[in-house]
Amino acid sequence: MSNFLRKNAWVIGLSILLALLLIVTKMIQPSFGASGLESVARAALPFAFATAGMAVVVIVGGIDLSVASIMAVCAVTAAFLMERMASVPALFIVLGAGLAMGLINGALIVLTRVPDIVVTLAMLFVWEGVALLILDSPGGKTAPWIQEIIRDGFLVDWLPKALILLSVCTALIWGPIRRSKLGLSIYATGSDERAAFRSGVFVGRTKIIAYGICGLFCALGGLSLAALTGIGEPVPGPYLMASVAAVVLGGVVLGGGKGGLIGPIIAVFILRIIRTILTLMAVDPNVTTIIEGTIMVAVVMLGTAATMRGAKT
Amino acid sequence: MSTATTDPAMIRLGRFLRDNPMIPLLVFLFLLIATLEVMRPGIVIPLRSGRDGLISTFWVGNLIKFAIPLAMLAACQVLTMLTAGIDLSVGVVATVSAFVCATLTTIWGVPAAAIVALATGIIVGAVNGIGVGIVRVHPLIMTLGTGLIATGCLQVYQRLFINAGSEIPEFLVWLGTGRTAGMPNGLFLFVPFALFVLWLMRYTGFGRLLFALGSNEQAAKLSGVRAWQVYIALYVLSGFIAALAGLLYLGMIRQTSLSLANPLLLPSVAAAVIGGTSIFGGRGSFAGAIVGALILRVLDTMLTLLQMPEGARTALFGLIVLAVTALYVRITGTR
Repeated sequence: MSNFLRKNAWVIGLSILLALLLIVTKMIQPSFGASGLESVARAALPFAFATAGMAVVVIVGGIDLSVASIMAVCAVTAAFLMERMASVPALFIVLGAGLAMGLINGALIVLTRVPDIVVTLAMLFVWEGVALLILDSPGGKTAPWIQEIIRDGFLVDWLPKALILLSVCTALIWGPIRRSKLGLSIYATGSDERAAFRSGVFVGRTKIIAYGICGLFCALGGLSLAALTGIGEPVPGPYLMASVAAVVLGGVVLGGGKGGLIGPIIAVFILRIIRTILTLMAVDPNVTTIIEGTIMVAVVMLGTAATMRGAKT
Repeated sequence: MSTATTDPAMIRLGRFLRDNPMIPLLVFLFLLIATLEVMRPGIVIPLRSGRDGLISTFWVGNLIKFAIPLAMLAACQVLTMLTAGIDLSVGVVATVSAFVCATLTTIWGVPAAAIVALATGIIVGAVNGIGVGIVRVHPLIMTLGTGLIATGCLQVYQRLFINAGSEIPEFLVWLGTGRTAGMPNGLFLFVPFALFVLWLMRYTGFGRLLFALGSNEQAAKLSGVRAWQVYIALYVLSGFIAALAGLLYLGMIRQTSLSLANPLLLPSVAAAVIGGTSIFGGRGSFAGAIVGALILRVLDTMLTLLQMPEGARTALFGLIVLAVTALYVRITGTR
């Protein structure tokens, strides 16, 4: 039990923080209930998927600056295809496209041996351009059932469908991988690439697959984005910065090898609920941006200081 | 790569190019310009299309003019990358500085407005420096965060000052758009600036400290380098350069907007990387970054000339940056 606590101290701390923040929200706005929770979960969905994808590549020791652009491509593809064909095959095409884009990112990093920051920075432009080529202005239309699937509660009011969808997708993708040889390879590559290589891990292949998983999560993020708005928007949203912040806040170490997906996803909700609290307190939305940025930086500072102290003792 | 490892001539070529990274860059730049000339005869060499002059000073001037702000922001990236950092707040800092200067000029006059504008850059830089140097946050996160905060502050500031109107100082317009003997006046600012940065990197103790921290931070610290002081000075300098570039860009664009210089951020990183600066620290050159900025501008002109849709242009830009970097890594064998 104590071993479990020590291993997951960060995640447990985050959960407690999230619970406290929910209580604060309830205190500020006594009418905050099922519908409020539902809207927070729904708005957090694209952020959560982007963060999950980012977490996987950070664990493998890289970083993907192109997440927001991949999401934009997936969102416009979904909106474009669903207007013209049946929505279920379109859904699979979009997921495939996301996976393919991630794999391309990974393959380029491994084959060209250019640092991942540079490759994904260049690919950020490429995918952004692709999104603009598919739809040069916001348009298209998503199928109604896709919009329904993330709305309202599941069975009980208190359980937003968006949250269920998020948990199921993440568990289905990451769960089996985490427990397989591939998951071990991902963590090994992230903590020490050379040591992993010498222990017989296919480092290049592991990296490519990790970026592919990230692409798949981004496709889910793009789909939820399209479902939220009902249309496809070719200009990438603010998901890069938010996902990096949530990944770090979620206890994944930049540089790789440590952390999981649960922490970052809880961190996404913490960041979103802070935004809700500020909105409920009738803070100017521009001031909200400042406060959000400050919190993000402060949290990362504290987190870094804590890991440094941990490393010393 | 198998040919390169077996062929001694290729190895020697690779080593030669590694020692002189400027040569492939300059070759590439001239190849690009030649391609441009083939695509649109007469744009670079007016003689061929029946006009006067061997080399179009107008075209060269334009190229340099738009490369200057990019090269200045690339200087921020080169300096911070030397210590294995990166400064992603430069775009926002340049925007903030331009906006503050334009709005305050009507109230306080040009000199005070320019000083306040530069001070904003120094403040953001100091926050970055404290975060990176003392609290040891990863520079990528720290500068992204301060960029976000600065954007928020700018939006609040804009609400307060929007009634005052804005005015672009005459001097900045002269510096940004004027020409002397066909060359842009921006060079009056840029040439001393570039010399200063080159001098700083090559001949001063500060420059050597940057290289030392980037090559091996632990070793540098054990040799008695007070790393946090260097980091703070470095990021303050980077913020100041970004603010300066913002003022110049303001005079060039002659408009204020809340995202004026933000699109320059990623190209500035690209210019530094193309110029042979390692993102992992310890290796870099500002001269390379200047050539990198010129290359990016020529590419930009080329893609505009092809009249491609916006999306294809953006995508191709990314692919070319990637291809250039990959080629560079292949030839020199460095990372």
